[in-house]
Amino acid sequence: MSGDAPRLTRQDAAYVARLARIDLTEDELELYAAQLASVLAHAAELGALDTEGVEPTAHPLPLCNVLRADEERPCLDRHEVLAQAPAVEDHRFRVPRILGEAP
Amino acid sequence: MTPPPPSPALELAARVRSGEESAAAVVERHLRAVDELDGELHAFVTVLHDEARRRAAEIDADAAAGRDPGPLAGVPVALKDNLCTRGVRTTCASRILEGWRPPYDATVVARLRAAGAVVVGKTNLDEFAMGSSTENSAFGPTRNPHDPGRVPGGSSGGSAAAVAAGMAPLALGSDTGGSIRQPAALCGVVGMKPTYGTVSRYGLVAFASSLDQIGPFATSVADATALFEVIGGHDPLDSTCLERPAPRLLASLDEGVDGLSVGVVDELVEGTDPAVAARVAEAAEALARAGATVERCAVPEVRHGLPAYYLLAPAEASSNLARYDGVRYGLRVEAATVEAMNGATRAAGFGPEVKRRIMLGTYALSAGYYDAYYGQAQKTRTLIIEAFARAYERFDVLLGATTPTTAFAIGAKVDDPWAMYLSDVCTVPSNLAGHPAVTVPFGDDGAGLPVGVQVLAPALGEGVLLRSAAVVEAAAPARTPPRVRAV
Amino acid sequence: MSPAADRATGGAPPGWEAVIGLEVHCELKTRTKLFCGCRNAFGDEPNTNVCPVCLGLPGSLPVLNATAVEYAMRIGLALHCEVRRSRFHRKNYFYPDMPKDYQISQYDAPINVEGWLALPDGTRVGIVRAHIEEDTGKTTHVGGGGRIHDAEHALVDYNRAGVPLVEIVSAPDIASATQARLYASELRGILVATDASDGRMEEGSMRVDANVSVRPAGTAALGTRCEIKNLNSLRSLGRAIDFEIGRQVALLEAGDTVLQQTRHWDEDAGETVGLRSKEEAFDYRYFPEPDLVPLDPDPAWQAAVAGALGPVPADRRARIAALVGQSAGERAEQIATVVELGLDALVLGAVEAGAEAGLALVRTANEAAADAERARRLDPARYAALLALETGKTLSPKQAKTVLGDMLEDDATAPEELARRRGFEALAADSLAATVAQVVAEHPGEWERYCAGEDKVAGFFTGEVMRATAGRANGKAVAEELRRLRG
Repeated sequence: MSGDAPRLTRQDAAYVARLARIDLTEDELELYAAQLASVLAHAAELGALDTEGVEPTAHPLPLCNVLRADEERPCLDRHEVLAQAPAVEDHRFRVPRILGEAP
Repeated sequence: MTPPPPSPALELAARVRSGEESAAAVVERHLRAVDELDGELHAFVTVLHDEARRRAAEIDADAAAGRDPGPLAGVPVALKDNLCTRGVRTTCASRILEGWRPPYDATVVARLRAAGAVVVGKTNLDEFAMGSSTENSAFGPTRNPHDPGRVPGGSSGGSAAAVAAGMAPLALGSDTGGSIRQPAALCGVVGMKPTYGTVSRYGLVAFASSLDQIGPFATSVADATALFEVIGGHDPLDSTCLERPAPRLLASLDEGVDGLSVGVVDELVEGTDPAVAARVAEAAEALARAGATVERCAVPEVRHGLPAYYLLAPAEASSNLARYDGVRYGLRVEAATVEAMNGATRAAGFGPEVKRRIMLGTYALSAGYYDAYYGQAQKTRTLIIEAFARAYERFDVLLGATTPTTAFAIGAKVDDPWAMYLSDVCTVPSNLAGHPAVTVPFGDDGAGLPVGVQVLAPALGEGVLLRSAAVVEAAAPARTPPRVRAV
Repeated sequence: MSPAADRATGGAPPGWEAVIGLEVHCELKTRTKLFCGCRNAFGDEPNTNVCPVCLGLPGSLPVLNATAVEYAMRIGLALHCEVRRSRFHRKNYFYPDMPKDYQISQYDAPINVEGWLALPDGTRVGIVRAHIEEDTGKTTHVGGGGRIHDAEHALVDYNRAGVPLVEIVSAPDIASATQARLYASELRGILVATDASDGRMEEGSMRVDANVSVRPAGTAALGTRCEIKNLNSLRSLGRAIDFEIGRQVALLEAGDTVLQQTRHWDEDAGETVGLRSKEEAFDYRYFPEPDLVPLDPDPAWQAAVAGALGPVPADRRARIAALVGQSAGERAEQIATVVELGLDALVLGAVEAGAEAGLALVRTANEAAADAERARRLDPARYAALLALETGKTLSPKQAKTVLGDMLEDDATAPEELARRRGFEALAADSLAATVAQVVAEHPGEWERYCAGEDKVAGFFTGEVMRATAGRANGKAVAEELRRLRG
């Protein structure tokens, strides 16, 4: 990758919007495709950096092995949990029909 | 003999503890200020009149009964509305969480309450902390108390404005790419981002998990330090929180900078407004007069911080914000299938900047692009950390501007995302490195708008950071007070 | 039943071979969930074991359960894996049973790698990895007869969300439905032996998915594979794999291609069904989990876990095999039965108390196994005494089996007494010799024929001796005595 502006088509934007589960209008897709391309063009300058042999940093801290004991802690009151749910049936969260299968 | 650093909030607490002034009177005073000023400034999303009065009464009862109400007894505190407050709506300035009441308190909120502080309200922010101007709030922008036609900065604009206008002596915000420091600079108050891991994130609604940190706003370095000491320290509910307890910093705050070496970072001064650059130079001179050795230094990798940040932060955000799907809480737009319901809910619930960042982040993580974008950004992060490490071999602290400009007009930068993102160029490197940094108000730009000067230190260097900040603060020139403020 | 042999003899139709890998998800028997302190319990009222963390509420953070790590190591070590430094990743996708709309799992750095599992016949199936991840909630589809595709809406219970799982991925070393069942059965035995998981397919604490492909016999290239889900028993596992192999072979023989897809096993219809929503491979956008830090169990911990591991079924079978000196054919089945039913301790105990190993094995596998629960409570020394009565020919095999039956009912009485109650008095060796001698004397004609070489006549004498002893004589002992007399 050099410093070329990446091509982000409307189709790319539509695919990304599907992955991110956000319904976008045609106008929004056009707008975001352009804006994303512009931001990515700036980000693309990183491609010119020499990162040969450089480890990625996932955490700024050198922490490791943070664990907790297998002990019960109080959980939430079900009433409190369900009180703010958009739809409840039978003490469960109700959602419309699920089209897809769980992976 | 230097005078002790100013600490109006701590003095307030001392008066409440001694009974010299009642918490009720203190809180009443500040609630009145909120009622008078917030119509114009819109710093608050929710004001907690009743709860604050109730808490103040409890503090006064404790003090009268000889029970120590805590180091921040009776001090009003404003909380950025992305901090969970039990039973009190927490909106993150988003329609998708409008009306949601968390069933639990963030750890920092619990610690504040235990210290006797009185929460007076939840402050406005850019939606889900994404922005540099608080114009991305679903509930309208906050206005800069110095000039209400201008932005207070973001994303913690409400907290910065509340403190600047005198509505609360203390506030908490969150800083992911500069969201405490930048608005603090634009509003003329002290704002600090602590070392990553020193303050628990449990209860902070996540934006970018490896970058987010909660930090204090105050009108003085000492007050900010005191607030940091109260909220900081290990939390078993946060795996990324360090074991060590919050350090005792207040006591050594006035030790000065004699013998310290300070590096003025070229890349944190170049490209800034001339007035801003001038203030930084003056702050550098002040440090030199106080006994530090001051030199220029170059940390070229700092320039790569902004592009790396605008890949990493949106990537983590795209995942952190997936949970807002209309199933369990918050907004739901009904539809025939759950997939359609998710899509419609998120379309209606998220504002344009949030959508933009989710799209950007999703793209940066997607198959085929991960290595070039996200992966490369993580490696850039390493380069920046190593560059800072080299700089800290020569210097104890670094100095630079906090923001390239002073407060800009509302509406001036909303059309060009990258132009808005440039506001963060001086602040993101510290987030990427996990290092602490603080902005100290230092004069203004000659037109009445405040300028902030930024001090940076290595990880866990809060001691030397805040001592240096106290020296800068002591040397700060007089400046115009905010146009909109409590009397 | 090695893979090669199976492929030759019936894993797949003639001319074809099947290549099968199994992915098994095991729920760990921890007290609490993987990342929070909610109870890990099956069958509680919906949404009563939930908290901000496992509900994925805004601001919540995961903290890893140490016992879950321990159990994961037990499983890995029992499968001869190497335990490595590992980290967690986010697997991003939307589904209503996923509170965060991402699953915290392990991706490129799993905790356990490169192990193997031995099937009863000694065949090794490779274990590629066994990693830790969190479970999802449970979705119930309402309306349309409970079938997913016809449902009107769905209900979600998050009690199971966040329960710790270990996912065990085998190498594609399995060649038939039979082998797959053996693998699953063996794996279950190992899970139970480690006490890390219950291994109950019907209850969902062990979930098996099969990856199946076929190729022309003797070739090396892998065919397109399909993933088969919804296998709720060993029987379903076997039936589904057989069906799928048949389906794929039929397609290929007809000149069609096999589509890579996930298929759902329909138990009632006896077929796998392609899921209509499947298109391209889903992009999970894995990235390292920023809310968790790496996991690196130190050598001391690993050694402690390894040291505390009990024998797995293969080890237990090997021990019995060593006792009887062979493990092939019928013996193998007997050994497998004895270990499967937990009766190996009885066999070992009996042999230790002096019983003959081969007899102990046979009687246990064939007779004691009929009432395994009671058999497990038998006192090995008393059992050994019974076996000795048979070995010493004091009791015939038939009599010994009867007494064993009595012993299972009444384990307090000595076998000799039980025999006496049955009228099976000990027939002393010299008393038998005397009886044989007497019968021979009474039938000189038959004796002459026997001595002349007519071995069949022995049967006549045995019958006479039986009559004379009211059935208490041991047939073999009689035949031996006759041969001895003949010289």
